[in-house]
Amino acid sequence: MTAALIVLVALAGWEAIVRLGAVDELILPAPTQVLDALWSDRDLLAPDLAVTTWEVVLGLAAAIAAGAALAIAMHLSPAARRALRPLVIGSQAVPVPVIAPLVVLVLGFGLAPKVLLVALVCFFPVAINLYDGLRDTDPDARKLLRSLDATRWQTLRMLELPSALPATFTGMKIAAAVAVIGAVFAEWSGSSEGLGHALLTANGQLATARAFAATLLLFLLAVALYGAFALLERRVAGWTPRSTPGGP
Amino acid sequence: MLTVTVAEVQKAFGPVQALDGVSLTAAPREVVAVAGPSGCGKSTLLELVCGLTRPDAGTVEAAPAALMPQRDGLLPWLNALDNAALSLRVAGLGKADSRAAAHEHFAAFGLEGFERARPGELSGGMRQRVAFLRTLLAGRPVLCLDEPFGALDALTRLQMQRWLADALEREPRTVLLVTHDVEEAVLLADRIVLLSPRPGRVVATLDVPLERPRHRSDPEVVALRERALAALGAGDELAARDEVAGP
Repeated sequence: MTAALIVLVALAGWEAIVRLGAVDELILPAPTQVLDALWSDRDLLAPDLAVTTWEVVLGLAAAIAAGAALAIAMHLSPAARRALRPLVIGSQAVPVPVIAPLVVLVLGFGLAPKVLLVALVCFFPVAINLYDGLRDTDPDARKLLRSLDATRWQTLRMLELPSALPATFTGMKIAAAVAVIGAVFAEWSGSSEGLGHALLTANGQLATARAFAATLLLFLLAVALYGAFALLERRVAGWTPRSTPGGP
Repeated sequence: MLTVTVAEVQKAFGPVQALDGVSLTAAPREVVAVAGPSGCGKSTLLELVCGLTRPDAGTVEAAPAALMPQRDGLLPWLNALDNAALSLRVAGLGKADSRAAAHEHFAAFGLEGFERARPGELSGGMRQRVAFLRTLLAGRPVLCLDEPFGALDALTRLQMQRWLADALEREPRTVLLVTHDVEEAVLLADRIVLLSPRPGRVVATLDVPLERPRHRSDPEVVALRERALAALGAGDELAARDEVAGP
């Protein structure tokens, strides 16, 4: 409630500043102008939204699959841990704007480089949170399964993976929030469609209101993806205290 | 014909000597309580019997044993029925079969109607009963119970002690019961092994030749409790009351 009020006041202030002519509307359009652009350019923006959403969803799926595979391999095998950990961490040290043109150069202008870049941005939070979650299993429960002569595979399936699920959802929610960054940089490095591309062309045409409208859509896309994971978490990891309504 | 034989066992964790020459035996269907102060290596003894760790010196011979860890060890994402059936699932039985086998005991364990409740929704006493059923369903001849009622309030603990005595009457097993509560040991066990503070050594072994059911106010129970506390070096009235109230 309070948050909505803060946003409303900020938007009203923004609107007033632009309407009073304090800022050139080519630099900062008023919120109503952004909404107007969103509506009048809907036929232009809707296909771009669809393209970027598709890139982000595929990239996230790839990131979750790759992140989970890496985390489980690192958890099960000390050799894999030694070999992969520096690479996993190192992959996050490379700035996306630096690597994006190189990926496009190799993979071309199609869907593949976008998916790869989104996955590159997103696999890290998934892998690290799942890996830590697997290690943080309750030692008493571990003892119990050992006393029942559980195999390594049974321990993973019945104990470690379920107990790592809440941490994995934290990783996936972080991934969902940053996924659009990967998609936008990939589109900027070579693309003829998508919201990132729409942003570039709108800027080139000095259609600032449309650029803001595209940004608004990116923002909403990230929020929607985050919300989808939060909802899924409540359904499949409903035993955690934080998933209980009214809990801490 | 002993199901558990622990002989002159030494066990250290780094510089900390947990057990120093501990010996004990348990005959088939005998309930042996291991009582002593916190940190005297009681839990380590159970881990040795369950084969979870090896002694530094001495020998441990035991029939296959099932462990009920301290604080129940229920998995928070499984409901009561699946938690109880966990032992059977690990043993390779299918989902439906293990659930059916576990459910047969739910009425006798006072758990009927709570099959689908997660551990977070169960009372402390019910959680212990689910954990005990899981331990029982492992189908091992020896049960290792580690402070099974340590986390319960005094009243629930009394009820659960009576309940466990009845359950063992119905399904007799060889039981190693670790507890810091001397009275609990007297109420439940055929024999009590008393351990000293770290490093754990056997200070006394008491037979409990009393009829069941036993009550905490029975003069024989009170007398044995006092003897046990005296052997542990805490025989006065005040210490006895502390021990009953628990931490």
